[in-house]
Amino acid sequence: MMLRLAPVLIVTLLVAPILAGLAMALLPAFGYLPALGGEAFSLAPWRALAAQPGIGRSVAISLASGLVATAISLAVVLLYLAAATGSRLDRWIRRLVSPLLSIPHAAAAFGLAFLIAPSGLLARLTSPALTGWERPPDLLIVQDPWGLSLIAGLVIKEVPFLLLMSLAALPQLDAERRVAMARSLGYRPAIAWLKVVAPALYPLIRLPVFAVIAYASSVVDVAMILGPTLPPTLAVSILTWFSDPDLDQRFLASAGAILQLGVTATALLAWWGLERLAARLMAGWIARGGRRRGETSLHLAGKLPILLATGIAFTGIGGLAIYSVAGFWRFPDALPQSVTLDHWAQALPSLGGPLASTALIALCSTLLAAVLVLAALENEQRTGRTASKALWLLYLPLIVPQIAFLFGLVVVMEQLGTRPTHGLIIFGHLLFVLPYVFLSLSEAYRRIDPRWTQLALTLGASRNAVFWRVRLPMLLAPLLTACAVGLAVSIGQYLPTQLLGAGRVTTVTTEAVSLAAGGNRRVIGVWALVQACLPLVGFVIAIGLPKLLWSNRRGMQGAP
Amino acid sequence: MTTPHRLELRDVRIRLGDKTLVALDTEIAPGEVLTVMGPSGSGKSTLLAYPAGFLAPAFQASGRVLLDDRDITALPAERRGIGLLFQDPLLFPHLSVAGNLRFGMPRAGADKAARVEQALAHIGLAGFGERDPATLSGGQKARVALMRLLLSAPCAVLLDEPFSKLDTHLRQEMRRLVFERLREAGLPSLLVTHDREDAEAAGGRVIELSS
Amino acid sequence: MRALSPRFAPRLTALLPALLLSTPGLAATPDPADWQAVLEEARGQTVYWYAWAGEQRTNDYLDWVAGRVDERFGITLEHVKVGDTAEAVSRVLAEKQAGNDEAGNVDLIWINGENFAAMKENDLLFGPFAEALPNFALTRPAHNPEVVTDFTLPTEGYESPWGRAQITFYYDSDALETPPQDIEALLAWARANPGRFTYPRIPDFTGSTFLKQALIELTDQGEALYAPVEESDFAAVTAPLWEYLDALHPHLWRSGRQFPASGPEMRSLMGDGTLSLAFTFTPSEPAAAVADYELPPSTRSYVPASGTLGNVHFVAIPYNSPHQAGAMVIANYLLSPEAQATKQDLEVWGDRTVLDVARLDDDTRALFDLDQQNPAMLPPGALEQTLPEPHPSWMTALQDAWQARYIGQ
Repeated sequence: MMLRLAPVLIVTLLVAPILAGLAMALLPAFGYLPALGGEAFSLAPWRALAAQPGIGRSVAISLASGLVATAISLAVVLLYLAAATGSRLDRWIRRLVSPLLSIPHAAAAFGLAFLIAPSGLLARLTSPALTGWERPPDLLIVQDPWGLSLIAGLVIKEVPFLLLMSLAALPQLDAERRVAMARSLGYRPAIAWLKVVAPALYPLIRLPVFAVIAYASSVVDVAMILGPTLPPTLAVSILTWFSDPDLDQRFLASAGAILQLGVTATALLAWWGLERLAARLMAGWIARGGRRRGETSLHLAGKLPILLATGIAFTGIGGLAIYSVAGFWRFPDALPQSVTLDHWAQALPSLGGPLASTALIALCSTLLAAVLVLAALENEQRTGRTASKALWLLYLPLIVPQIAFLFGLVVVMEQLGTRPTHGLIIFGHLLFVLPYVFLSLSEAYRRIDPRWTQLALTLGASRNAVFWRVRLPMLLAPLLTACAVGLAVSIGQYLPTQLLGAGRVTTVTTEAVSLAAGGNRRVIGVWALVQACLPLVGFVIAIGLPKLLWSNRRGMQGAP
Repeated sequence: MTTPHRLELRDVRIRLGDKTLVALDTEIAPGEVLTVMGPSGSGKSTLLAYPAGFLAPAFQASGRVLLDDRDITALPAERRGIGLLFQDPLLFPHLSVAGNLRFGMPRAGADKAARVEQALAHIGLAGFGERDPATLSGGQKARVALMRLLLSAPCAVLLDEPFSKLDTHLRQEMRRLVFERLREAGLPSLLVTHDREDAEAAGGRVIELSS
Repeated sequence: MRALSPRFAPRLTALLPALLLSTPGLAATPDPADWQAVLEEARGQTVYWYAWAGEQRTNDYLDWVAGRVDERFGITLEHVKVGDTAEAVSRVLAEKQAGNDEAGNVDLIWINGENFAAMKENDLLFGPFAEALPNFALTRPAHNPEVVTDFTLPTEGYESPWGRAQITFYYDSDALETPPQDIEALLAWARANPGRFTYPRIPDFTGSTFLKQALIELTDQGEALYAPVEESDFAAVTAPLWEYLDALHPHLWRSGRQFPASGPEMRSLMGDGTLSLAFTFTPSEPAAAVADYELPPSTRSYVPASGTLGNVHFVAIPYNSPHQAGAMVIANYLLSPEAQATKQDLEVWGDRTVLDVARLDDDTRALFDLDQQNPAMLPPGALEQTLPEPHPSWMTALQDAWQARYIGQ
């Protein structure tokens, strides 16, 4: 009974807050907000929006960074899978993909900024020997007006996400046999993969790709750190308007939120057009039957970008670590003149509270999400129906831009009289944790051989006993991985924590982003490093615990 | 373990859309092995899924399944008392060998540990209780799977090509062991296979399905 | 119903407030005139103080205050860290929209200027309370009108003074020997040293203050700035400013196509050696940053001879705070010599006191002696030339005009 309610509960939990939040953005966007004297509908907010300096450019940057970052990330992942599957690099990357994914966006963005800034690690390592720079060059690298560094920051984080989603989908395709078949027809391996596996893989990762487009076109924290500033991206402008002391800006901000919804929808639509185009080109390329040409360049194109992305992410984290212990550090010294633990000692007393809050919120929301997801998947198994039609609803929180509905949601919550507590934030995080836990777990759950259940039932075990004694232990590893993903998602959330918690509940992430306003790179280094390491704990447990428990069960070692 | 049981399939007819896949009306006596033969795609496995209680919703079935004159057609799989042996031994990878054997044993049994040890000795695997099932050989796994089935004290048994994945000499040994034990326990058994030698070793009636 | 005998009537009315007070949820507005009652009501309250948290030193000082008020008054102080004070203002507003008039989340805000003006205009503030705080008298408002004036607006007791800011320039004495002394000299210096100066991106408050400073120095209609902007010809008053900025921008860091987000970010650029000259609104910041390894020991501070803009920052209490008594006790504690002296200590924060130090008794005054030996600190007497803040409407108008002129170019 409870099981049958689970899918309904999940859909309600995900859809209702988004619809309510959007409604409360839509009304003020058309001038209706009685508390602020907006009693009648009007187009004034839209006129004000159109009159904002640089608004056209903001929209263009949001749109372009969303599409370009997604296209690059997808290309990097597909080329990598084509060129490197089964190689030694592949084993390394597969091991690194989870930790990479777990680095919160903000921490990765700080890492990149510290690396490529004119006074960053790269410039220091090459100066003055190679560049002749005695002082940081006056170059517009980070926060460039074209959004290139923003795109780079997004690519670094979206590559591991798309890679993980692809790796989860690939087993359904029997890729090895497809490639083997094509190779027997004379195709070189990477070309074979692109021609026979990629076209089948893409439909399976399409929703994650859409989520990437939506995220990249509406992100706030990464854009604040790496994005252009004059004007900033649309999402960052909206945040500024929402928090403007001139309260009439609320109408403008609401119109902006609806515009953001439109920008993201346009990006998705444009992508859909690109899909058609790419499908045609692919079909032509496949039909021409080329088997060998381009194999070598494919290998390079497959391996270099992913190495670069991974390298940058980890070097960036290394940069954070150096800054967190740096004494005075004059350019172009490659290392600080002195090393000090002062910054850590100063931060330590204030780390405890945010750490505890972060852990509490992440654990509760992940646990709730895991229970709901397990209930829904178990229900699916028992009724034999897959909820494939409702799947896009699951993606709703990932496709509707956060900034478009969260402010409205805060107003709704206040009208319901809810106080900003940990509970409310846990509920808010659940919106984003649940889809990821579901996505991470569902494949493994559905792939489990139905004969295990049948066997257990014929041995007299009840349906519940089958769940507890067979399915759960057999799926322990993927379940823990899904939970680690959930924890990482929760730990990285900035906007929901800040808004639903009224800023009263500080987590490591809100703390890191608010300290960013202070621009003290050493303090940012400390907090961003803590933020980056926290999700790793989850992954270490997710990988280590099954190894420990099943140390004497060879059949469980290769479990998905 | 030797209470005799009888399995009846009355007017069983399984259809997929308009096409009738299997139609069967028969009775299996205690200790008897009824073999249903047919090429792949003839609906053999579907026939087993029906009495076991796993028929996929895509199929429509009519008829009744009686076990010792009791109508079990509407019962859920776990309460039918029908055991199943698959092509693969399917030993639970997260449990030890003994854990696998204990899995199906009725809860009430007091001296479980002793019975497990005795059962292992019976199939030549004394002392293997704490072993990881993944470390057993193919033949050992098959024997554990059979013993797990018998320890769960079923009233009837369905066999889904249980020997097809074993190599030739193991296959003969397992055939002998399985049919001997089933007869000894007085269990009515339904075997589906495409291997004529299975049918011969079973020694019972044979029904041929056409594709 | 029998009428009450006149003899009892007055007593009953005197009792009424007490009755109301004792009913939870119906508590009458705490009256700072009855300070003992305020202290009693405050005990056990948790006060959520929304304060800009971009500076570690400020946060550490707030932690110290939290320890003290817990010890002395039994109040739990939670520092709610915000990146921009406007976030707190919009939160109170959202609560008003939702009809939450009694159980707001914000109990105390660190505020001044246009944020204060916005809250006051929308009736979002509790008060007047400030002038009734016992420690308020130590600021001697009669001699120091700036503690009751916020960007030309009279505070009318709706916010309580907390600290002082004044534009202070600082530079790396290894890279620069004689820093520019006025706004014209700054332009000449920038021409000669391209890419070595910048100011924070508008609408950052430090950046906006730079615009006002430049405008005061450049315009010949200075008196217009102290009345609402609508009363003057904005274009005419500000024309010299835009002419100046158009000339200055090509010589700034990133050729004026990009600006640092905030004062502290500008400080990081100084630390890198990217900039040679910068400014802050906190006079002790350069010395503090040297101690924190952020700036080189060769850093020096100065205030140009013509003087710079200065203002006072305050704390205010929202109208719907459920812990107004606790918030008032904290506002009063912040004005105590102990809290003010600790705040001014360079080791702690370095924010200047709002107390009239010259009129304190000798022992108390000794608490406020500044470390004059620190080479990165301002020379004594440097802060005597303080230019008052223009009307807050100028800030907003300048910000809008700047954005319209320079965004998306």
